[in-house]
Amino acid sequence: MSASTTGTAQWVNPLRDPRDKRLPRIAGPCGLVIFGVTGDLSRKKLMPAIYDLANRGLLPPGFALTGFARRDWADQDFGNVVYEAVREHARTPFRQSVWDRLAEGFRFVPGSFDDDASFDQLEKTVRDLDRVRGTGGNHAFYLSIPPGAFPVVCKQLARSGLSAQNGDQWRRVVIEKPFGHDLRSARELNAIVNDVFPEDSVFRIDHYLGKETVQNVLAMRFANQLFEPIWNAHYIDQVQITMAEDIGLGGRAGYYDGIGAARDVIQNHLLQLLAFTAMEEPVAFSSDELRAEKIKVLNATKLVGPLHETTARGQYEGGWQGGEKVRGLTQEEGFDPESRTETYAAITCEVATRRWAGVPFYLRTGKRLGRRVTEIAIIFKRAPHLPFDSTMTEELGQNAIVVRVQPDEGVTMRFGSKVPGSQMEVRDVTMDFGYGTAFTEASPEAYERLILDVLLGEPSLFPVNDEVERSWEILDPVIEHWAAQDAGPDPYPAGSWGPESANRMLARTGRTWRRP
Amino acid sequence: MIVDLPSTNISKVNKKLVQLRESGGVLALGRVLTLVIITDDGATTEDAIDAANEASREHPCRVIVLARGYREAAPRLDAQIRVGGDAGASEVIVLRGYGALADNGAAAGMVMPLLLPDAPVVAWWPGDAPDVPAEDEVGRLAQRRITDALACADPVAALAQRRVGHRAGDTDLAWSRLTFWRALLATAMDAPPFEPITHVTVVGERVSPSADLLAGWLAARLDAAVERRPATTGKGMVSVRLERASGPIELVRPDGRVGRLSQPGQPDRLVALARREVRDCLAEELRRLDPDEIYGAALAGIGRVADLDAPVSAPTLATSS
Repeated sequence: MSASTTGTAQWVNPLRDPRDKRLPRIAGPCGLVIFGVTGDLSRKKLMPAIYDLANRGLLPPGFALTGFARRDWADQDFGNVVYEAVREHARTPFRQSVWDRLAEGFRFVPGSFDDDASFDQLEKTVRDLDRVRGTGGNHAFYLSIPPGAFPVVCKQLARSGLSAQNGDQWRRVVIEKPFGHDLRSARELNAIVNDVFPEDSVFRIDHYLGKETVQNVLAMRFANQLFEPIWNAHYIDQVQITMAEDIGLGGRAGYYDGIGAARDVIQNHLLQLLAFTAMEEPVAFSSDELRAEKIKVLNATKLVGPLHETTARGQYEGGWQGGEKVRGLTQEEGFDPESRTETYAAITCEVATRRWAGVPFYLRTGKRLGRRVTEIAIIFKRAPHLPFDSTMTEELGQNAIVVRVQPDEGVTMRFGSKVPGSQMEVRDVTMDFGYGTAFTEASPEAYERLILDVLLGEPSLFPVNDEVERSWEILDPVIEHWAAQDAGPDPYPAGSWGPESANRMLARTGRTWRRP
Repeated sequence: MIVDLPSTNISKVNKKLVQLRESGGVLALGRVLTLVIITDDGATTEDAIDAANEASREHPCRVIVLARGYREAAPRLDAQIRVGGDAGASEVIVLRGYGALADNGAAAGMVMPLLLPDAPVVAWWPGDAPDVPAEDEVGRLAQRRITDALACADPVAALAQRRVGHRAGDTDLAWSRLTFWRALLATAMDAPPFEPITHVTVVGERVSPSADLLAGWLAARLDAAVERRPATTGKGMVSVRLERASGPIELVRPDGRVGRLSQPGQPDRLVALARREVRDCLAEELRRLDPDEIYGAALAGIGRVADLDAPVSAPTLATSS
């Protein structure tokens, strides 16, 4: 309960009780307006997530969904588009009775972003919804559009009065990455958005933060006695955070060319994962306290130099990947054949605190790598003294805790165990916790969680301005360093785990990349 | 895979389970709880197992079904183990005890060796339940005891017995059927105007333990007179009306599928409010294994409800479907 009960601190709802854990948090009366409703994200993620929320009974009665796009559609046409998307992508089973209620709240406003009349029409639609559906003047605007269009849309929202918040009513804006392409542009973007919406009404979606496994990092670290005592430089040798994709960039040239892997992934997802992994314990599990700790740890995060030795970048080449002939980046449709955009990026960070002194955090991401996987690997130091001789422990690696963010969400622990037999021989074994086997279907999609949090006004899973700007501050020197080089990025074969330079980057300190 | 073990004993069942695990991979390793279903051998046994299998997709568990057979027969135990596709995300062990083995004491002895180490135990009576579940031989093994007043031969008497025999850790599916109703009412009161409720009317089928419990919950939570009235038509819960100074909050569901929420100064809103199925209720029950104090308070609150005979008829809702 936050914005929905603003100014009513003394009111205690007699039907609520903290011990009543069955009662779900249902959003108060509200509506959602999606800009860019014809896009992939909207069809594959947003619309199904909204249906799934409705199916779980978490949307308010009278919820309204308004689409805005340059299409000549009536409300029904829009309804059909949502219907197709829901049938194809929703997680929960289709129920006609839920759908009928949800579909009553669909509206569509055709128009382009620079057209005053369509925004006036949108304003009228929203006001009408307050009257007919009882959305109570509470509306969220989801900007599923290229950042280039943010200024004009924000201006239009302000001009048409859509962004104006009166009294108890709220207006919120949801924006997707990229949040700029360097510190300067991020600041400009923030200024544009904050000009229209105050910072506490801005929700920046980083869908990784909506994933159960990422939130579980906090539960694992702070709810258990087992892990926190060894969660420091005394025991941990290194941390490797990986986000790998096996797909290429065909069809995404417009967005990706000139941006590259570091800006696309490291600045947001990987640095956020780093923050969750490295942060100190928050005093309370509230959004303010969580953010305070995240900001602290990001402020302590620095690049390790010299950058030509501690960073690596690559670009995939054509070839055979997993039984399929694939193109190299420079042959992909829409990319400049001379493109120097990196599709693989790896950097080394340190967290300058007593807890983490001397522990390198290796962050890497890439396209057309071996397989699709995102994970946080905490790799421990070897035991300082072994009563076993070296032949007995030849096959013993370093202990590790691996948080698998996706796919196959879960946690793996690796440690040594005696090989059965008369000889003393120790070999690595793994112990596994999988969400798939421990709590199967209850895991909601990240977007479900995040959209619900927007409607509830619960900000803890959304990075704030400061976090975004700080992340650019960390990353900018790497991008400038790379831009200043004559050579590079280094080519790597599609389906491999990146360029040779990435291996050299770790070999410098006698380490190797984990094969995820 | 279904493995039948006729005329057997529990150590043979346990041995077979280990053997199945070794040949088939990690079957029982990720299990988070043991669910014991206590029922009479009959047509409803399979329904209960199906519901448990569905619920197990959310909470992988070991399901032990105590299907009590003829008490007059010679003592014998027939067991059946189901794993893989036949058991959802769980493993199901059906124990059919005859003669002396159909007794409660013997049943508890059969369940004990099959409980998963360290994991919580939940007992569920899909039909008639003992008077005091917490004192039942099997019930005593469990942290959480789930009954279903509506599925009993006499739901009214069953609910009355729940009130007398309630212990912390008991809960009833008549209560989980109410969750969406309670959530909608609580959410309506999250928003202005913030006024105290002065009078409450809960209308439901004459025999509806859920309607009684909802009235009890409101009586326990609100400082207001609560009336429970029978409905002329409709199944289960039909309507709730919360009176307050500026006008009532009203939630009506005449057809058991679609509800209508009315508040003064706001348009009426329709909401999908279908009666919940047993498997959904069971999955919700398994989500929390700590005692449900709120349910206890709702049971106690029933004593403060005025039970009136004058029936109330519900309006029909104008819906497109």
